[in-house]
Amino acid sequence: MRLIAENLSAHRGEDLIFSNISFNLTAGEALLLTGRNGSGKSTLLKVVAGLIRPASGAISWQGGRGETGVPVREVCHYLGHRNAMKPELSVAENLAFWRAFLGDRPGGAGLSVGEAAAAVELEAILHLPFGYLSAGQQRRMAFAKLLVAHRPVWLLDEPTAALDSAAEGLFASLIRDHLGRGGLVLAATHQPLDLVAAHRLQMQGFQYAQMEGEIA
Amino acid sequence: MTALLLRDLKLSIRAGGGALIGILFFMTVVAVIPFGVGPDLNLLSRIGPAIVWIGALLAALLGLDRMFQADRDDGSLDLLLMQEHPLVLTVLVKCLAHWLANVLPLVLASPLLGLFMNMSEVAIGAVMLTLLVGSPALTFIGAVGAAVSVTLPRGGLLVSILVLPLCIPVLIFGVSATYAAVEDPAPFLPPFLILTAITMFFAVLGPAGAALALRNAGD
Repeated sequence: MRLIAENLSAHRGEDLIFSNISFNLTAGEALLLTGRNGSGKSTLLKVVAGLIRPASGAISWQGGRGETGVPVREVCHYLGHRNAMKPELSVAENLAFWRAFLGDRPGGAGLSVGEAAAAVELEAILHLPFGYLSAGQQRRMAFAKLLVAHRPVWLLDEPTAALDSAAEGLFASLIRDHLGRGGLVLAATHQPLDLVAAHRLQMQGFQYAQMEGEIA
Repeated sequence: MTALLLRDLKLSIRAGGGALIGILFFMTVVAVIPFGVGPDLNLLSRIGPAIVWIGALLAALLGLDRMFQADRDDGSLDLLLMQEHPLVLTVLVKCLAHWLANVLPLVLASPLLGLFMNMSEVAIGAVMLTLLVGSPALTFIGAVGAAVSVTLPRGGLLVSILVLPLCIPVLIFGVSATYAAVEDPAPFLPPFLILTAITMFFAVLGPAGAALALRNAGD
């Protein structure tokens, strides 16, 4: 499994946000995007998710067993700033909907709603309307959404916003589990997340500067 | 896809869903007409079908802007766009849910409002039938407007204005089929079949147009 980005550039309005970003991630690898506010981390994630068209360059996905030509967006989970959960519905209804709607990609299976809620340590409040939860609980439930359907690539935009430090540790271990199962993670974050073998991409406003770590 | 249909139906009947707003508006519009026009029963029964159709048309336009905007506000739209399912199908299911929750109640309420307008049984039946057949076209046309204006914070009125010219043919053929059923010389079937054709035409074109607009909405 391999996620390849070649010479990506993106506009927001008239301005070029970043240009000529290339990376190449294989199974079990994580890429952490860091950089100041407005340096284009979220935009890069949205470009990979297929929500913004790149101004130049291309992203491609090579799955296991020679699976090619699949649009990258279809193999990705995207956790954006907004949680994509309906405040009027209960947490269980929200998760059950996404579990049924997203479905699993070949090569893995999602957890049941109860198991996913247990994984984020909130199984006791599944019956509450999502709108009743605190900001941190909402974020954890949004994260549980990643667990109910299998996707090899996780795109996480500030996943630890509004979380306490215990929950940050929980997220880091869930991300490590995903990497351990051969998943890929692209995360824009300011937290270290304690990942082994994580590549870093320092976004520097218009100019893209450097990548540390060994890139396959 | 069934999950999406059920979720949208559930959302529209929960608090803030707005499924009742349309029907209340419909009733308000039609109920004040007799007071405005006066107690001339013949006149009321003559303009009745047109009034009920106009009321239903305006009420159907009322909730359209939220069709995609609610999903966009909480980030669900991003995920809907990313999936393997064809986006056209996703939009079609959302249209179906919107029609079932917001427009079907208008169709069901129309006989009651027909009584307000002193309409005959035949006229009431004809209005209900033409609304049942014609109103899905309003939702499909409206989906395009809703998708185009999805990024605008207060797109409600804009959607109505964008969509209204395209809805006029639906109104014309809906009302003329109803009158044809009541008044003898005019045949009922031709306008009714054209109304059906309009609905089928927009059932194809509407979701495709809306999907295209959503793909290009960006952020």
